[in-house]
Amino acid sequence: MIEIRFHGRGGQGAVTAANILASAAFLEGKYVQAFPFFGVERRGAPVTAFTRIDEKPIRIKTQIYEPDVVVVLDPSLLDTVDVTAGLKDGGTVIINTEKSKEEVLEKLKKKPAKLALVDATTIALEVLGLPITNTAILGAVAKATGVVTLEHVQKAIQDVFSGALGEKNAKAAAEAFEKTETYEL
Amino acid sequence: MDYKPIKKVISGNYAAAYAAKHARVEVVAAYPITPQTSIIEKISEFIANGEVENLQYVPVESEHSAMAACIGASATGARAFTATSAQGLALMHEMLHWASGARLPIVMVDVNRAMAPPWSVWDDQTDSLAQRDTGWMQFYAENNQEVYDGVLMAFKVAETVNLPAMIVESAFILSHTYDVVEMIPQELVDEFLPPRKPLYTLTDFDNPIAVGALGTPADYYEFRYKIEKAMEEAREVIHKVGREFGEKFGRDYSQMIELYRTEDAEFVFMGLGSLMGTVKQAVDVLRSEGYKVGAAKVRWFRPFPKEELYELAKHVEGIAVLDRNFSFGQEGILFNEAKGALYNTDAKPIMKNYIVGLGGRDFTVSDVRKIAENMKKIIESRKLDREIEWYHLKR
Repeated sequence: MIEIRFHGRGGQGAVTAANILASAAFLEGKYVQAFPFFGVERRGAPVTAFTRIDEKPIRIKTQIYEPDVVVVLDPSLLDTVDVTAGLKDGGTVIINTEKSKEEVLEKLKKKPAKLALVDATTIALEVLGLPITNTAILGAVAKATGVVTLEHVQKAIQDVFSGALGEKNAKAAAEAFEKTETYEL
Repeated sequence: MDYKPIKKVISGNYAAAYAAKHARVEVVAAYPITPQTSIIEKISEFIANGEVENLQYVPVESEHSAMAACIGASATGARAFTATSAQGLALMHEMLHWASGARLPIVMVDVNRAMAPPWSVWDDQTDSLAQRDTGWMQFYAENNQEVYDGVLMAFKVAETVNLPAMIVESAFILSHTYDVVEMIPQELVDEFLPPRKPLYTLTDFDNPIAVGALGTPADYYEFRYKIEKAMEEAREVIHKVGREFGEKFGRDYSQMIELYRTEDAEFVFMGLGSLMGTVKQAVDVLRSEGYKVGAAKVRWFRPFPKEELYELAKHVEGIAVLDRNFSFGQEGILFNEAKGALYNTDAKPIMKNYIVGLGGRDFTVSDVRKIAENMKKIIESRKLDREIEWYHLKR
Protein backbone atom coordinates (compact mmCIF):
# COMPACT_ATOMS: atom_id res chain seq x y z
CA MET A 1 0.00 0.00 0.00
CA ILE A 2 1.22 3.49 -0.83
CA GLU A 3 0.15 6.26 1.53
CA ILE A 4 0.28 9.88 0.36
CA ARG A 5 -0.25 12.99 2.44
CA PHE A 6 -1.08 16.38 0.91
CA HIS A 7 -0.41 19.69 2.67
CA GLY A 8 -2.14 22.80 1.39
CA ARG A 9 -4.14 25.76 2.58
CA GLY A 10 -7.92 25.93 2.67
CA GLY A 11 -9.14 26.93 -0.81
CA GLN A 12 -6.12 25.59 -2.71
CA GLY A 13 -7.76 22.28 -3.48
CA ALA A 14 -5.63 19.81 -1.51
CA VAL A 15 -8.69 17.68 -0.83
CA THR A 16 -9.61 17.68 -4.52
CA ALA A 17 -6.01 16.78 -5.39
CA ALA A 18 -6.20 13.75 -3.06
CA ASN A 19 -9.48 12.70 -4.68
CA ILE A 20 -8.21 13.15 -8.25
CA LEU A 21 -5.06 11.16 -7.49
CA ALA A 22 -7.25 8.36 -6.10
CA SER A 23 -9.41 8.44 -9.24
CA ALA A 24 -6.31 8.32 -11.45
CA ALA A 25 -5.02 5.24 -9.61
CA PHE A 26 -8.50 3.72 -9.81
CA LEU A 27 -8.33 4.12 -13.59
CA GLU A 28 -5.21 1.95 -13.45
CA GLY A 29 -7.20 -0.78 -11.74
CA LYS A 30 -6.03 -0.06 -8.20
CA TYR A 31 -8.04 0.11 -5.00
CA VAL A 32 -8.02 3.59 -3.54
CA GLN A 33 -9.13 5.69 -0.63
CA ALA A 34 -9.00 9.50 -0.35
CA PHE A 35 -10.07 11.69 2.51
CA PRO A 36 -9.50 15.04 4.13
CA PHE A 37 -7.99 15.46 7.57
CA PHE A 38 -11.09 15.14 9.68
CA GLY A 39 -11.13 18.77 10.73
CA VAL A 40 -12.92 22.06 10.36
CA GLU A 41 -11.73 23.84 7.26
CA ARG A 42 -11.21 27.55 6.78
CA ARG A 43 -9.85 29.39 3.76
CA GLY A 44 -6.12 29.97 4.13
CA ALA A 45 -5.61 27.69 7.12
CA PRO A 46 -3.31 24.68 6.78
CA VAL A 47 -5.20 21.70 5.36
CA THR A 48 -4.18 18.06 5.15
CA ALA A 49 -5.61 15.40 2.85
CA PHE A 50 -4.71 11.79 2.25
CA THR A 51 -4.70 9.15 -0.50
CA ARG A 52 -4.13 5.42 -0.10
CA ILE A 53 -3.45 3.20 -3.13
CA ASP A 54 -3.25 -0.59 -3.00
CA GLU A 55 -3.58 -3.71 -5.12
CA LYS A 56 -6.32 -5.05 -2.82
CA PRO A 57 -9.34 -3.53 -1.10
CA ILE A 58 -8.37 -1.06 1.62
CA ARG A 59 -9.99 -1.79 4.97
CA ILE A 60 -8.03 0.48 7.27
CA LYS A 61 -10.01 3.57 8.32
CA THR A 62 -7.46 5.66 10.18
CA GLN A 63 -5.57 8.78 9.26
CA ILE A 64 -2.10 8.42 7.74
CA TYR A 65 0.72 8.88 10.23
CA GLU A 66 3.66 7.42 8.29
CA PRO A 67 3.30 8.47 4.65
CA ASP A 68 5.40 7.14 1.79
CA VAL A 69 4.90 10.37 -0.14
CA VAL A 70 4.31 13.95 1.03
CA VAL A 71 2.98 16.60 -1.36
CA VAL A 72 3.20 20.28 -0.43
CA LEU A 73 0.97 22.64 -2.42
CA ASP A 74 1.96 25.85 -0.68
CA PRO A 75 5.65 26.72 -0.15
CA SER A 76 4.90 28.94 2.85
CA LEU A 77 3.78 25.86 4.81
CA LEU A 78 7.43 24.77 5.06
CA ASP A 79 7.92 27.54 7.64
CA THR A 80 4.96 26.57 9.84
CA VAL A 81 4.19 22.88 9.38
CA ASP A 82 6.51 19.88 9.88
CA VAL A 83 5.61 18.41 6.52
CA THR A 84 7.99 15.45 6.87
CA ALA A 85 6.50 14.33 10.21
CA GLY A 86 6.33 10.53 10.17
CA LEU A 87 7.72 10.28 6.61
CA LYS A 88 8.89 6.72 5.99
CA ASP A 89 12.57 6.04 5.37
CA GLY A 90 12.94 5.95 1.62
CA GLY A 91 10.03 8.36 1.28
CA THR A 92 9.43 11.02 -1.35
CA VAL A 93 8.64 14.71 -0.85
CA ILE A 94 7.12 16.79 -3.67
CA ILE A 95 7.00 20.55 -3.21
CA ASN A 96 5.53 23.44 -5.15
CA THR A 97 8.29 26.00 -4.85
CA GLU A 98 10.48 28.35 -6.85
CA LYS A 99 13.34 27.78 -4.43
CA SER A 100 16.41 25.59 -4.95
CA LYS A 101 16.95 22.08 -3.64
CA GLU A 102 19.42 23.40 -1.02
CA GLU A 103 17.04 26.09 0.23
CA VAL A 104 14.20 23.60 0.54
CA LEU A 105 16.27 20.91 2.28
CA GLU A 106 17.22 23.46 4.94
CA LYS A 107 13.57 23.74 5.87
CA LEU A 108 12.78 20.02 6.02
CA LYS A 109 13.19 18.33 9.40
CA LYS A 110 13.76 14.94 7.79
CA LYS A 111 15.74 14.43 4.60
CA PRO A 112 13.67 12.39 2.15
CA ALA A 113 15.19 9.76 -0.14
CA LYS A 114 13.73 11.57 -3.10
CA LEU A 115 12.87 15.23 -3.53
CA ALA A 116 10.82 16.67 -6.39
CA LEU A 117 10.46 20.39 -6.96
CA VAL A 118 8.22 22.28 -9.35
CA ASP A 119 7.08 25.87 -9.56
CA ALA A 120 3.42 24.93 -9.83
CA THR A 121 2.21 28.42 -8.88
CA THR A 122 3.79 29.97 -11.96
CA ILE A 123 2.41 27.16 -14.14
CA ALA A 124 -1.07 27.60 -12.65
CA LEU A 125 -0.95 31.38 -13.17
CA GLU A 126 0.15 30.97 -16.79
CA VAL A 127 -2.22 28.17 -17.75
CA LEU A 128 -5.26 28.76 -15.54
CA GLY A 129 -4.82 32.43 -14.65
CA LEU A 130 -5.29 31.47 -11.00
CA PRO A 131 -2.78 30.45 -8.32
CA ILE A 132 -4.60 27.13 -7.73
CA THR A 133 -1.96 24.47 -7.90
CA ASN A 134 -3.80 21.26 -7.10
CA THR A 135 -4.00 19.96 -10.66
CA ALA A 136 -0.50 21.06 -11.67
CA ILE A 137 1.07 19.39 -8.65
CA LEU A 138 -0.48 16.07 -9.69
CA GLY A 139 1.69 16.18 -12.81
CA ALA A 140 4.67 16.35 -10.45
CA VAL A 141 3.29 13.43 -8.42
CA ALA A 142 3.04 11.32 -11.59
CA LYS A 143 6.61 12.23 -12.58
CA ALA A 144 8.23 11.78 -9.15
CA THR A 145 6.44 8.63 -7.95
CA GLY A 146 5.29 6.75 -11.04
CA VAL A 147 2.31 5.47 -9.02
CA VAL A 148 0.06 6.91 -11.73
CA THR A 149 0.65 7.89 -15.31
CA LEU A 150 0.24 11.45 -16.54
CA GLU A 151 -2.49 10.23 -18.91
CA HIS A 152 -4.56 8.87 -16.05
CA VAL A 153 -4.03 12.03 -14.02
CA GLN A 154 -5.29 14.06 -16.97
CA LYS A 155 -8.28 11.78 -17.47
CA ALA A 156 -9.16 11.97 -13.76
CA ILE A 157 -8.84 15.77 -13.86
CA GLN A 158 -11.18 15.95 -16.84
CA ASP A 159 -13.69 13.73 -15.05
CA VAL A 160 -13.90 16.38 -12.31
CA PHE A 161 -13.58 19.54 -14.42
CA SER A 162 -15.48 19.38 -17.69
CA GLY A 163 -14.91 21.20 -20.96
CA ALA A 164 -12.33 23.98 -21.38
CA LEU A 165 -11.65 24.11 -17.65
CA GLY A 166 -10.77 20.43 -17.65
CA GLU A 167 -8.49 20.86 -20.66
CA LYS A 168 -6.65 23.74 -19.03
CA ASN A 169 -6.16 21.83 -15.80
CA ALA A 170 -4.96 18.78 -17.68
CA LYS A 171 -2.49 21.05 -19.50
CA ALA A 172 -1.25 22.43 -16.17
CA ALA A 173 -0.57 18.87 -15.01
CA ALA A 174 1.34 18.11 -18.23
CA GLU A 175 3.48 21.23 -17.92
CA ALA A 176 4.29 20.41 -14.31
CA PHE A 177 5.18 16.87 -15.37
CA GLU A 178 7.69 18.32 -17.85
CA LYS A 179 9.15 20.89 -15.47
CA THR A 180 9.47 18.80 -12.31
CA GLU A 181 13.06 18.33 -11.17
CA THR A 182 13.70 15.20 -9.13
CA TYR A 183 16.68 14.54 -6.90
CA GLU A 184 17.75 11.22 -5.38
CA LEU A 185 19.25 12.07 -1.99
CA MET B 1 -24.09 -12.80 -10.26
CA ASP B 2 -23.12 -12.44 -13.88
CA TYR B 3 -23.33 -8.70 -14.30
CA LYS B 4 -21.08 -5.73 -14.84
CA PRO B 5 -21.08 -3.39 -11.86
CA ILE B 6 -20.70 0.37 -12.28
CA LYS B 7 -17.52 1.12 -10.37
CA LYS B 8 -17.03 4.62 -9.05
CA VAL B 9 -14.77 6.35 -6.55
CA ILE B 10 -17.28 8.12 -4.32
CA SER B 11 -17.84 9.22 -0.73
CA GLY B 12 -20.09 7.40 1.72
CA ASN B 13 -22.58 10.22 1.37
CA TYR B 14 -22.67 9.90 -2.41
CA ALA B 15 -22.99 6.12 -2.06
CA ALA B 16 -26.11 6.77 0.04
CA ALA B 17 -27.50 9.22 -2.52
CA TYR B 18 -26.90 6.87 -5.44
CA ALA B 19 -28.55 4.03 -3.53
CA ALA B 20 -31.63 6.19 -2.88
CA LYS B 21 -31.71 7.02 -6.58
CA HIS B 22 -31.34 3.39 -7.62
CA ALA B 23 -34.05 2.42 -5.10
CA ARG B 24 -36.30 4.84 -7.04
CA VAL B 25 -37.37 6.70 -3.91
CA GLU B 26 -40.42 8.83 -4.55
CA VAL B 27 -40.25 11.32 -1.69
CA VAL B 28 -37.22 12.83 0.04
CA ALA B 29 -37.87 15.32 2.82
CA ALA B 30 -35.01 17.17 4.46
CA TYR B 31 -33.93 20.32 6.21
CA PRO B 32 -31.03 21.55 4.11
CA ILE B 33 -28.73 23.09 6.74
CA THR B 34 -26.12 21.82 9.22
CA PRO B 35 -26.13 19.03 10.37
CA GLN B 36 -27.55 17.93 7.01
CA THR B 37 -25.07 16.24 4.74
CA SER B 38 -24.05 16.02 1.10
CA ILE B 39 -26.44 13.05 0.75
CA ILE B 40 -29.36 15.42 0.32
CA GLU B 41 -27.24 17.85 -1.71
CA LYS B 42 -26.45 15.07 -4.20
CA ILE B 43 -30.09 14.01 -4.39
CA SER B 44 -31.18 17.58 -5.17
CA GLU B 45 -28.49 17.60 -7.88
CA PHE B 46 -30.04 14.45 -9.39
CA ILE B 47 -33.39 16.23 -9.46
CA ALA B 48 -31.95 19.48 -10.88
CA ASN B 49 -30.16 17.54 -13.64
CA GLY B 50 -33.30 15.61 -14.52
CA GLU B 51 -31.55 12.33 -13.65
CA VAL B 52 -34.52 11.04 -11.65
CA GLU B 53 -38.18 10.81 -12.51
CA ASN B 54 -41.03 10.87 -10.12
CA LEU B 55 -39.02 12.05 -7.12
CA GLN B 56 -40.52 14.77 -4.97
CA TYR B 57 -38.09 16.69 -2.77
CA VAL B 58 -39.78 18.41 0.16
CA PRO B 59 -37.68 21.09 1.82
CA VAL B 60 -38.91 21.50 5.38
CA GLU B 61 -38.08 23.70 8.36
CA SER B 62 -36.63 21.11 10.73
CA GLU B 63 -35.65 17.45 11.03
CA HIS B 64 -38.79 16.86 13.05
CA SER B 65 -40.79 18.06 10.05
CA ALA B 66 -38.59 16.08 7.67
CA MET B 67 -39.60 12.85 9.36
CA ALA B 68 -43.21 14.04 9.60
CA ALA B 69 -43.24 14.60 5.83
CA CYS B 70 -41.71 11.15 5.23
CA ILE B 71 -44.41 9.65 7.43
CA GLY B 72 -47.15 11.37 5.45
CA ALA B 73 -45.60 10.30 2.16
CA SER B 74 -45.05 6.72 3.29
CA ALA B 75 -48.65 6.51 4.53
CA THR B 76 -49.84 7.28 1.00
CA GLY B 77 -47.81 4.31 -0.25
CA ALA B 78 -44.74 6.21 -1.49
CA ARG B 79 -41.17 5.03 -0.99
CA ALA B 80 -39.77 7.68 1.34
CA PHE B 81 -36.16 8.49 2.24
CA THR B 82 -34.27 11.03 4.29
CA ALA B 83 -30.90 11.56 5.90
CA THR B 84 -29.68 13.29 9.00
CA SER B 85 -27.04 13.36 11.68
CA ALA B 86 -26.50 13.90 15.42
CA GLN B 87 -28.64 16.79 16.75
CA GLY B 88 -30.86 16.47 13.69
CA LEU B 89 -31.62 12.85 14.54
CA ALA B 90 -32.25 13.81 18.17
CA LEU B 91 -34.77 16.40 17.02
CA MET B 92 -36.54 13.70 15.00
CA HIS B 93 -36.88 11.45 18.00
CA GLU B 94 -40.62 11.90 18.55
CA MET B 95 -41.38 11.27 14.89
CA LEU B 96 -39.27 8.09 14.84
CA HIS B 97 -41.82 6.53 17.18
CA TRP B 98 -44.63 7.68 14.89
CA ALA B 99 -42.98 6.03 11.89
CA SER B 100 -42.56 2.63 13.54
CA GLY B 101 -45.89 2.82 15.38
CA ALA B 102 -47.67 3.46 12.08
CA ARG B 103 -45.61 0.60 10.58
CA LEU B 104 -44.17 2.71 7.77
CA PRO B 105 -41.12 1.35 5.90
CA ILE B 106 -39.19 4.62 5.69
CA VAL B 107 -35.44 4.33 5.15
CA MET B 108 -33.08 6.92 6.57
CA VAL B 109 -29.32 7.29 6.52
CA ASP B 110 -27.82 8.64 9.69
CA VAL B 111 -24.29 9.98 9.60
CA ASN B 112 -22.93 9.09 13.03
CA ARG B 113 -21.75 12.34 14.58
CA ALA B 114 -21.05 13.14 18.20
CA MET B 115 -23.78 14.85 20.19
CA ALA B 116 -23.15 18.39 21.41
CA PRO B 117 -22.10 20.01 23.68
CA PRO B 118 -19.29 20.56 23.12
CA TRP B 119 -19.92 20.97 19.39
CA SER B 120 -18.42 18.21 17.32
CA VAL B 121 -18.80 17.07 13.74
CA TRP B 122 -16.84 13.85 14.25
CA ASP B 123 -17.70 10.18 14.41
CA ASP B 124 -19.54 8.79 17.43
CA GLN B 125 -22.35 6.21 17.58
CA THR B 126 -24.30 7.63 20.49
CA ASP B 127 -26.71 9.61 18.28
CA SER B 128 -28.11 6.52 16.54
CA LEU B 129 -27.85 4.15 19.49
CA ALA B 130 -29.84 6.62 21.59
CA GLN B 131 -32.71 5.83 19.16
CA ARG B 132 -32.51 2.15 20.10
CA ASP B 133 -36.01 1.93 21.53
CA THR B 134 -37.88 3.73 18.76
CA GLY B 135 -38.78 0.56 16.83
CA TRP B 136 -36.40 1.27 13.95
CA MET B 137 -34.12 -1.37 12.52
CA GLN B 138 -30.48 -0.31 12.49
CA PHE B 139 -27.71 -1.40 10.10
CA TYR B 140 -24.11 -0.21 10.62
CA ALA B 141 -21.93 0.11 7.51
CA GLU B 142 -18.23 -0.69 7.58
CA ASN B 143 -17.43 1.04 4.29
CA ASN B 144 -19.00 2.99 1.45
CA GLN B 145 -19.97 -0.20 -0.37
CA GLU B 146 -22.01 -1.27 2.63
CA VAL B 147 -23.72 2.13 2.74
CA TYR B 148 -24.87 1.59 -0.84
CA ASP B 149 -25.80 -2.07 -0.40
CA GLY B 150 -27.37 -1.36 3.00
CA VAL B 151 -29.83 1.20 1.66
CA LEU B 152 -31.04 -1.15 -1.09
CA MET B 153 -31.46 -4.09 1.30
CA ALA B 154 -33.06 -1.90 3.97
CA PHE B 155 -35.93 -0.93 1.67
CA LYS B 156 -36.59 -4.57 0.86
CA VAL B 157 -36.51 -5.67 4.50
CA ALA B 158 -38.48 -2.65 5.71
CA GLU B 159 -41.20 -3.10 3.10
CA THR B 160 -41.50 -6.78 3.93
CA VAL B 161 -41.98 -6.38 7.68
CA ASN B 162 -43.48 -2.87 7.67
CA LEU B 163 -40.95 -1.25 9.94
CA PRO B 164 -38.62 1.68 9.25
CA ALA B 165 -34.86 1.17 8.92
CA MET B 166 -31.83 3.30 9.60
CA ILE B 167 -28.55 2.83 7.74
CA VAL B 168 -25.73 4.24 9.80
CA GLU B 169 -22.38 5.49 8.45
CA SER B 170 -19.44 7.13 10.21
CA ALA B 171 -18.89 10.87 9.96
CA PHE B 172 -15.85 11.72 7.82
CA ILE B 173 -14.44 8.17 8.02
CA LEU B 174 -17.10 7.12 5.50
CA SER B 175 -19.19 10.21 4.81
CA HIS B 176 -16.28 12.27 3.41
CA THR B 177 -13.92 9.48 2.40
CA TYR B 178 -13.74 8.47 -1.25
CA ASP B 179 -13.28 4.84 -2.08
CA VAL B 180 -14.30 2.34 -4.71
CA VAL B 181 -17.99 1.47 -4.77
CA GLU B 182 -19.49 -1.09 -7.13
CA MET B 183 -22.96 0.07 -8.04
CA ILE B 184 -25.58 -2.17 -9.54
CA PRO B 185 -27.15 -1.47 -12.95
CA GLN B 186 -30.63 0.04 -12.54
CA GLU B 187 -32.52 -2.82 -14.19
CA LEU B 188 -30.99 -5.31 -11.76
CA VAL B 189 -31.80 -3.10 -8.78
CA ASP B 190 -35.37 -2.92 -10.12
CA GLU B 191 -35.51 -6.71 -10.21
CA PHE B 192 -34.17 -6.99 -6.67
CA LEU B 193 -36.30 -4.15 -5.34
CA PRO B 194 -39.59 -3.86 -7.23
CA PRO B 195 -42.00 -0.99 -6.54
CA ARG B 196 -43.44 -0.92 -3.04
CA LYS B 197 -46.73 -2.76 -2.52
CA PRO B 198 -48.24 -1.23 0.61
CA LEU B 199 -50.88 -3.14 2.55
CA TYR B 200 -52.86 0.00 3.25
CA THR B 201 -52.63 3.54 1.98
CA LEU B 202 -54.24 6.81 2.92
CA THR B 203 -55.13 7.34 -0.71
CA ASP B 204 -57.04 4.08 -1.20
CA PHE B 205 -60.44 5.73 -0.79
CA ASP B 206 -62.37 2.49 -1.24
CA ASN B 207 -60.66 1.10 1.84
CA PRO B 208 -60.35 4.05 4.21
CA ILE B 209 -58.01 3.70 7.18
CA ALA B 210 -57.33 5.69 10.32
CA VAL B 211 -53.79 6.76 11.18
CA GLY B 212 -52.83 8.14 14.55
CA ALA B 213 -55.95 6.91 16.30
CA LEU B 214 -56.32 6.52 20.06
CA GLY B 215 -55.04 3.24 21.50
CA THR B 216 -56.84 2.56 24.73
CA PRO B 217 -55.39 0.24 27.38
CA ALA B 218 -57.54 -2.46 25.78
CA ASP B 219 -55.62 -2.30 22.48
CA TYR B 220 -52.28 -0.47 22.87
CA TYR B 221 -50.51 -3.48 24.37
CA GLU B 222 -51.15 -5.70 21.32
CA PHE B 223 -49.91 -2.99 18.98
CA ARG B 224 -46.57 -3.07 20.82
CA TYR B 225 -46.46 -6.86 20.65
CA LYS B 226 -47.02 -6.74 16.90
CA ILE B 227 -44.06 -4.41 16.46
CA GLU B 228 -41.92 -6.90 18.35
CA LYS B 229 -43.25 -9.76 16.20
CA ALA B 230 -42.28 -7.76 13.12
CA MET B 231 -38.78 -7.27 14.55
CA GLU B 232 -38.49 -11.01 15.10
CA GLU B 233 -39.69 -11.67 11.58
CA ALA B 234 -37.12 -9.13 10.39
CA ARG B 235 -34.30 -11.41 11.54
CA GLU B 236 -35.48 -14.09 9.10
CA VAL B 237 -36.11 -11.56 6.35
CA ILE B 238 -32.63 -10.09 6.83
CA HIS B 239 -31.03 -13.52 6.43
CA LYS B 240 -33.09 -14.16 3.31
CA VAL B 241 -32.62 -10.77 1.69
CA GLY B 242 -28.90 -10.79 2.60
CA ARG B 243 -28.51 -14.18 0.94
CA GLU B 244 -30.43 -13.11 -2.15
CA PHE B 245 -28.24 -10.00 -2.39
CA GLY B 246 -25.17 -12.23 -2.25
CA GLU B 247 -26.47 -14.59 -4.92
CA LYS B 248 -27.43 -11.74 -7.24
CA PHE B 249 -24.59 -9.31 -6.68
CA GLY B 250 -21.74 -11.27 -5.11
CA ARG B 251 -21.70 -9.68 -1.66
CA ASP B 252 -23.38 -11.88 0.93
CA TYR B 253 -25.13 -10.23 3.87
CA SER B 254 -27.02 -13.25 5.17
CA GLN B 255 -25.29 -13.00 8.56
CA MET B 256 -26.30 -10.26 10.95
CA ILE B 257 -22.85 -10.57 12.55
CA GLU B 258 -20.01 -10.78 10.07
CA LEU B 259 -17.30 -13.07 11.42
CA TYR B 260 -13.69 -12.57 10.39
CA ARG B 261 -11.08 -15.23 11.23
CA THR B 262 -12.98 -16.36 14.30
CA GLU B 263 -12.86 -20.15 13.63
CA ASP B 264 -10.10 -21.01 16.10
CA ALA B 265 -9.96 -17.62 17.84
CA GLU B 266 -9.20 -17.42 21.55
CA PHE B 267 -10.87 -14.05 21.73
CA VAL B 268 -12.58 -11.67 19.34
CA PHE B 269 -13.06 -7.95 18.93
CA MET B 270 -16.68 -6.98 18.54
CA GLY B 271 -17.99 -3.66 17.33
CA LEU B 272 -20.14 -1.69 14.92
CA GLY B 273 -19.41 0.09 11.66
CA SER B 274 -16.29 1.59 10.16
CA LEU B 275 -13.95 0.89 13.05
CA MET B 276 -14.26 -2.81 12.25
CA GLY B 277 -12.37 -2.26 8.96
CA THR B 278 -9.35 -1.17 10.93
CA VAL B 279 -9.92 -4.07 13.36
CA LYS B 280 -9.88 -6.62 10.50
CA GLN B 281 -6.62 -5.17 9.26
CA ALA B 282 -5.26 -5.45 12.83
CA VAL B 283 -6.48 -9.06 13.11
CA ASP B 284 -4.30 -9.98 10.11
CA VAL B 285 -1.30 -8.28 11.73
CA LEU B 286 -1.96 -9.92 15.12
CA ARG B 287 -2.47 -13.35 13.54
CA SER B 288 0.93 -13.03 11.85
CA GLU B 289 2.38 -12.32 15.31
CA GLY B 290 0.82 -15.48 16.76
CA TYR B 291 -2.33 -14.08 18.38
CA LYS B 292 -5.39 -16.26 17.92
CA VAL B 293 -7.88 -13.45 17.38
CA GLY B 294 -10.81 -12.65 15.16
CA ALA B 295 -13.34 -9.91 14.54
CA ALA B 296 -17.12 -9.94 14.90
CA LYS B 297 -18.76 -7.03 13.15
CA VAL B 298 -22.32 -6.48 14.28
CA ARG B 299 -24.08 -5.41 11.11
CA TRP B 300 -27.61 -5.20 12.45
CA PHE B 301 -28.01 -3.73 15.92
CA ARG B 302 -31.82 -3.84 15.71
CA PRO B 303 -33.15 -6.44 15.59
CA PHE B 304 -30.30 -7.59 17.80
CA PRO B 305 -28.59 -10.77 16.51
CA LYS B 306 -28.67 -12.63 19.79
CA GLU B 307 -28.64 -16.15 18.35
CA GLU B 308 -25.60 -15.45 16.19
CA LEU B 309 -23.91 -13.86 19.18
CA TYR B 310 -24.60 -16.97 21.26
CA GLU B 311 -23.12 -19.24 18.57
CA LEU B 312 -19.97 -17.12 18.55
CA ALA B 313 -19.76 -16.75 22.33
CA LYS B 314 -19.91 -20.53 22.86
CA HIS B 315 -16.62 -20.93 21.03
CA VAL B 316 -14.44 -18.11 22.35
CA GLU B 317 -12.86 -17.44 25.70
CA GLY B 318 -13.16 -13.69 25.55
CA ILE B 319 -14.90 -10.84 23.76
CA ALA B 320 -13.46 -7.34 23.66
CA VAL B 321 -16.42 -5.10 22.92
CA LEU B 322 -15.37 -1.84 21.26
CA ASP B 323 -17.92 0.90 21.81
CA ARG B 324 -17.66 4.24 20.06
CA ASN B 325 -20.56 5.38 22.24
CA PHE B 326 -21.54 5.46 25.86
CA SER B 327 -24.64 5.25 28.01
CA PHE B 328 -23.90 7.51 30.97
CA GLY B 329 -24.34 5.85 34.30
CA GLN B 330 -23.73 2.38 32.89
CA GLU B 331 -21.43 1.30 30.04
CA GLY B 332 -20.96 1.10 26.31
CA ILE B 333 -24.25 0.34 24.58
CA LEU B 334 -23.17 -2.64 22.46
CA PHE B 335 -21.43 -4.12 25.52
CA ASN B 336 -24.59 -3.72 27.54
CA GLU B 337 -26.66 -5.43 24.85
CA ALA B 338 -24.22 -8.28 24.21
CA LYS B 339 -23.71 -9.04 27.90
CA GLY B 340 -27.45 -9.02 28.48
CA ALA B 341 -28.14 -11.26 25.51
CA LEU B 342 -25.81 -13.95 26.88
CA TYR B 343 -26.91 -13.83 30.51
CA ASN B 344 -29.45 -16.64 30.36
CA THR B 345 -27.30 -18.87 28.18
CA ASP B 346 -24.50 -21.34 28.89
CA ALA B 347 -22.01 -19.21 26.96
CA LYS B 348 -19.86 -17.32 29.44
CA PRO B 349 -16.89 -15.72 27.72
CA ILE B 350 -14.95 -13.07 29.62
CA MET B 351 -16.24 -9.76 28.31
CA LYS B 352 -14.54 -6.42 28.56
CA ASN B 353 -15.73 -3.07 27.31
CA TYR B 354 -13.29 -0.67 25.66
CA ILE B 355 -14.63 2.83 25.10
CA VAL B 356 -12.88 4.03 21.94
CA GLY B 357 -12.93 6.81 19.41
CA LEU B 358 -15.61 9.01 20.97
CA GLY B 359 -16.06 12.27 19.07
CA GLY B 360 -13.77 11.11 16.26
CA ARG B 361 -10.66 10.22 18.30
CA ASP B 362 -8.67 8.17 15.78
CA PHE B 363 -8.63 4.43 16.49
CA THR B 364 -5.66 2.70 14.89
CA VAL B 365 -4.16 -0.73 14.32
CA SER B 366 -1.69 -0.09 17.16
CA ASP B 367 -4.63 0.64 19.47
CA VAL B 368 -6.11 -2.74 18.56
CA ARG B 369 -2.77 -4.35 19.35
CA LYS B 370 -2.68 -2.75 22.83
CA ILE B 371 -6.17 -4.03 23.49
CA ALA B 372 -5.14 -7.50 22.31
CA GLU B 373 -2.21 -7.49 24.76
CA ASN B 374 -4.57 -6.52 27.58
CA MET B 375 -7.14 -9.17 26.60
CA LYS B 376 -4.47 -11.86 26.39
CA LYS B 377 -3.40 -11.12 29.98
CA ILE B 378 -7.00 -11.18 31.16
CA ILE B 379 -7.68 -14.54 29.52
CA GLU B 380 -4.45 -16.12 30.78
CA SER B 381 -5.08 -14.98 34.36
CA ARG B 382 -8.85 -15.55 34.13
CA LYS B 383 -9.14 -12.21 35.89
CA LEU B 384 -10.82 -9.07 34.54
CA ASP B 385 -8.70 -6.04 35.49
CA ARG B 386 -11.71 -3.79 35.06
CA GLU B 387 -14.98 -4.22 33.22
CA ILE B 388 -15.01 -0.89 31.40
CA GLU B 389 -11.92 0.84 30.15
CA TRP B 390 -11.85 4.39 28.80
CA TYR B 391 -9.10 3.37 26.46
CA HIS B 392 -7.76 6.70 25.13
CA LEU B 393 -8.10 8.70 28.35
CA LYS B 394 -5.33 11.27 28.88
CA ARG B 395 -3.90 10.59 32.30
